[in-house]
Amino acid sequence: MNPWPFVFAAYGITGAATLALLTWSYAAMRRAEADVAREDAA
Amino acid sequence: MHAFANPARFLKLARPLTPWCLGLGLALIGYGIYAGFQSPPDAVQGETVRILYIHVPTAWLGMLGWMGIALTSLMLLVWRHPLAAVAARAIAVPGALFTAVCLISGSIWGRPTWGTWWQWDGRMTSMLLLLFLYLAYIALAGSESETSSTERVAAIFGLVGAVNLPVIHYSVVWWNTLHQPPSLSLQGSAIAWPILWPLLWTTPGFTLLFAGIVLMRMRTLIAENKKLARMRRLARA
Repeated sequence: MNPWPFVFAAYGITGAATLALLTWSYAAMRRAEADVAREDAA
Repeated sequence: MHAFANPARFLKLARPLTPWCLGLGLALIGYGIYAGFQSPPDAVQGETVRILYIHVPTAWLGMLGWMGIALTSLMLLVWRHPLAAVAARAIAVPGALFTAVCLISGSIWGRPTWGTWWQWDGRMTSMLLLLFLYLAYIALAGSESETSSTERVAAIFGLVGAVNLPVIHYSVVWWNTLHQPPSLSLQGSAIAWPILWPLLWTTPGFTLLFAGIVLMRMRTLIAENKKLARMRRLARA
């Protein structure tokens, strides 16, 4: 059995899931902090 | 720890710490993966041994995440630390995601190595139970934060769920399972150094990345709580 498709699948899923979580967490943090800053300024 | 009960004081530390955790974490993971692909194939597992450089850190994070939830739950119940509930909620989603990634990467590793995608053995079943505990905690904490500010039920659930952690750890010792016994312990390593050392980069790397994600999620929750408190004040006025 060729092992490489399994290796790349495992790395691909881990990379995609980690990047998605990072992007989502960063975007949510920026949005929430910007909302508070806007309200503080108002 | 009580010094950080004030969200403003916590944010003063969290803001500069977040990019350091994320940057250093990504750098360590990147180098660990590069080193993992330079290391020799294992005598038994062959090339699939490289999956362990991501599988082991994600398994560690799944368990570390619940340890964090249990610890912050204890802080919430005993000291009513105002940031404890925020920290526990911030840990839950990344903890669940890395537990799921651990199960998936383990399953992908198992097919060419064991000849099966899944076995209901002690280690795999207790890790799957951990994922279900995370999902239940996320649902419970989410619904409770809308109805109460104390979040005591979720905290009790977080503490009770910690019973599963020693079961996961000792499952390969207590039961004769398909999953191999611990390869790393305080007494030493059963893994040859050329194969082990990339793991010493990816494990702290994933841990720092996890810390960075938790800090970002805590900052989000603090900002959302502030917004909610302001809306409630306006509604009362």
